[in-house]
Amino acid sequence: MNADIRTWTSVGSIDDIPRRGARCVRNGDMTIAVFRTVDDQIFALEDKCPHRNGQLSQGIVHDNCVTCPLHNWVISLETGSAQGADEGQTSSCPVRVQDRQIYLDLTFNQVAS
Amino acid sequence: MSNSSEKKRLVVVGNGMAPGRALERLIETAPDSFEVTIFNAEPRVNYDRIMLSPVLSGEKSFEEIVIHGDGWYVKNGITLYKGAKVTAIDRGRKTVTAEFVASGSGQAPLHPPVGVEYDQLIVATGSSPITIPVPGHDLPGVLSYRDLDDVNAMLLAAKSRGNAVVIGGGLLGLEAAAGLMEQGMQVSVLHLMPTLMERQLDPAAGHLLQRSIEARGINVITRANTKAILGAGKVEAVELDNGTVLPADLVVMAVGIRPNAGIAVDAGLNVNRGIVVDKSMRTNDPDIFALGECAEADGEVFGLVAPLYEMANVVAAQLIGEDAAVFKSSATATKLKVTGINVFSAGDFADAEDREEIVLRDGARGNYRRLVLKDNKIIGIVMYGDTSDGAWFFDLLKRRVDVSDMRETLIFGQNYAGGIPLDPEAAVAALPDEAEVCGCNGICKGDITGAIAGLGLKSLDDVRAHTKASASCGSCAGLVEQILRAQLGDAYNPAAVVPMCGCTDLGHDEVRRLIVAKAIKSLPDLLQQLEWKTSCGCAKCRPALNYYLLSSWPGEYVDDGQSRYINERVHANIQKDGTYSVVPRMWGGMTSAKELRAIADIVEKFDIPSVKCTGGQRIDMLGVKKEDLPAVWADLNSAGMVSGAAYAKGLRTVKTCVGKDWCRFGTRDSTGLGIKLEKFLWGSWTPAKLKLAVSGCPRNCAEATCKDIGVICVESGYDILFGGAAGLDIKGTEVLGHVGSEEETVEVIAALTQLYREQGRYLERIYKWAKRVGIENVREQVLDDRKRRAELYERFVYSQKFAQIDPWAERVAGKDAHEFQPMSVTTMEAAE
Repeated sequence: MNADIRTWTSVGSIDDIPRRGARCVRNGDMTIAVFRTVDDQIFALEDKCPHRNGQLSQGIVHDNCVTCPLHNWVISLETGSAQGADEGQTSSCPVRVQDRQIYLDLTFNQVAS
Repeated sequence: MSNSSEKKRLVVVGNGMAPGRALERLIETAPDSFEVTIFNAEPRVNYDRIMLSPVLSGEKSFEEIVIHGDGWYVKNGITLYKGAKVTAIDRGRKTVTAEFVASGSGQAPLHPPVGVEYDQLIVATGSSPITIPVPGHDLPGVLSYRDLDDVNAMLLAAKSRGNAVVIGGGLLGLEAAAGLMEQGMQVSVLHLMPTLMERQLDPAAGHLLQRSIEARGINVITRANTKAILGAGKVEAVELDNGTVLPADLVVMAVGIRPNAGIAVDAGLNVNRGIVVDKSMRTNDPDIFALGECAEADGEVFGLVAPLYEMANVVAAQLIGEDAAVFKSSATATKLKVTGINVFSAGDFADAEDREEIVLRDGARGNYRRLVLKDNKIIGIVMYGDTSDGAWFFDLLKRRVDVSDMRETLIFGQNYAGGIPLDPEAAVAALPDEAEVCGCNGICKGDITGAIAGLGLKSLDDVRAHTKASASCGSCAGLVEQILRAQLGDAYNPAAVVPMCGCTDLGHDEVRRLIVAKAIKSLPDLLQQLEWKTSCGCAKCRPALNYYLLSSWPGEYVDDGQSRYINERVHANIQKDGTYSVVPRMWGGMTSAKELRAIADIVEKFDIPSVKCTGGQRIDMLGVKKEDLPAVWADLNSAGMVSGAAYAKGLRTVKTCVGKDWCRFGTRDSTGLGIKLEKFLWGSWTPAKLKLAVSGCPRNCAEATCKDIGVICVESGYDILFGGAAGLDIKGTEVLGHVGSEEETVEVIAALTQLYREQGRYLERIYKWAKRVGIENVREQVLDDRKRRAELYERFVYSQKFAQIDPWAERVAGKDAHEFQPMSVTTMEAAE
């Protein structure tokens, strides 16, 4: 986990996202959902529920979780893991915030594989 | 990424409890690995067959025993063919063929036969009741006791309050007899053997059972050999070989079951008594499993649910490649489900030289207990009357515990096992973690206590949902409650209100009351004042709270978009691929050339893939990209159309027939009234969606009798109906009352809607609300009490002042623009 080798891409300001809300970042074929919690933490996940690929960006954000709009799976914003009785994980994208500007490491899924 | 073409195709023949459990397990462990198709010869969903007896006796409804409703199949992407009987398996081509069962005699089936290919096949055809081939066995009025159709036929026959004869004094026969007696019939039970339930009970317990069955007014004849069933055209009597003739309007045969293995034989699978399977539940064809009552494992066929569920777990595990999962039969316990009669038996309780027994008889209380021991271990249990120690004895049996040390007091049960009487809670507390509590589902005490502690469970329903304990026959519910009480102490209160969600201990009604009483007008204020346990609620409570605040403080509360479901947040319906559908309002279902032309242009301009008519007489444009929504709405707005609110927990549609303008039967202007109602009610938010219809005559072409609110025009005025449903539940409307004018119709409907808005719990449809508060109560407030009606009407009119703003026009003008555009679009170079 050496931060120096990460490639950070600026995607916007945290003010672009409503609190308890999300916005999408399109990166080629992939969509990343960037979430802003009630206390201004920023998280980014691939915009796909591990259950049926529902768009997590369209869900309701509560605490550090989002509830998928399709079948109400609850996904942790921190880990991408399904909560409660459900099992599955969405890949999460490293985030850095500096001067309210959001940077994502969009190579995250290549690193993971 | 998996897609459907890469998924293996799993076909299931039969939709009983065993395959239902196997699929449940499969979906839990490997949700997307199979494309599942089920053929069910019964025209319905999976239900709890063990609970048919309570349905027969009237203690439960069919809805209460459904395990998987239609929604479950839809949610999990399973194709279920109802009323489809599989007639052939072609193992060479790996296909099954099914024929659809005609809905009535003499009618052609609804569909031609279908053929489906499989990669893996589960045969779960269950078993059929055995019919004794005596003369007259095929007369109308002779039934078996196997599925819901049998129960419905019995309930119909019972309306005559005549005589019923049940042939067979085993578990099912006695449950049928008790149920029929509850339904008002005179019942006789004929049993071939000297004592009842001889397979599960010893003669002593059998006699005690007979006594209490007889004490309920049921005539029991043992050693009864049926000679013939008599009747001309329908059953009239049963004749025994000793000459006795018993009058009968209904005969139920419950003498046993036989595995259904016909299609397996035809397909060349090994069949003995049942379809022969190995330890992995595979037949001699490795791609075909047999499961449930039709399967024969280890030379045995099974009829009780516990081993069948065990088989289901093995099949599910094998399907995902867990080769270590194997089936082995273990001891099972039996209970009789007749209210007020308690019987428990398990293991082997036959007499033999090398066995000892301990017997307790308490004649005054009608209690009987017998334990059969071999080598100081319990191998058989029979209990009659007080069966509360059944779980404890059964646990000792299964664990083969040496009972030498407690032999003296063993028979008195766990309370006395240490010589010190304990209270029931302490007894439950003393059960070891491995003690099985729910025999049907194989759930041990440790599973339950672990779930209560780990997941913070508070109620019987919670435990049922998470562990499945007491979710099948329900006879261990008392024990589960004792475990809850032992573990939670005073925090366990079965009568307590159900909290809205895990964020609070308050129920919906309490929260609504406090919002008004404390004049809470914002979400942060509410979370603070009502001491919410989470920082900002959850996906369950937030939409509800937003609605409660909105409906309590019209004009003052500022709607919180982030607390709305996506459909309401973006005013369109999300589809499974992430696109949206758009439905403009067409007042009362009326449209025009101008509107249709605009829609046609929009469909072409935005390349919208599908256009269809909805059930509520609207046009639905499906597959609109999210980014296009504001532009689509702008074009619709400029043709004079506003949002049809097809996404809203609010007023959806008012469906109408053409009425007296065109129809020769129409009594009034039903279309005009529908338009008036829709223009008056649109924009209002309600606890759940609200759909109306207005029919111009009792022929009811607008189908007003299954809507949330319906109007049927008649010569003398307007019949107002409410509380219908035609979704997962089907229910006809209740009659609210009759009024004389259109104005009064609108006033009453507005008052009704307002009362529902003020009292309904979020997501509670109007029929459920009405059932909860009482139809009479509703009628009194919105129809009979003029003053109350006027107040409700005034409040509705006031709240509409703030509600009737087209959300599409607002967004075309720029509101919530962030919703419709990505924050950023990038193309990352691939890493080297």
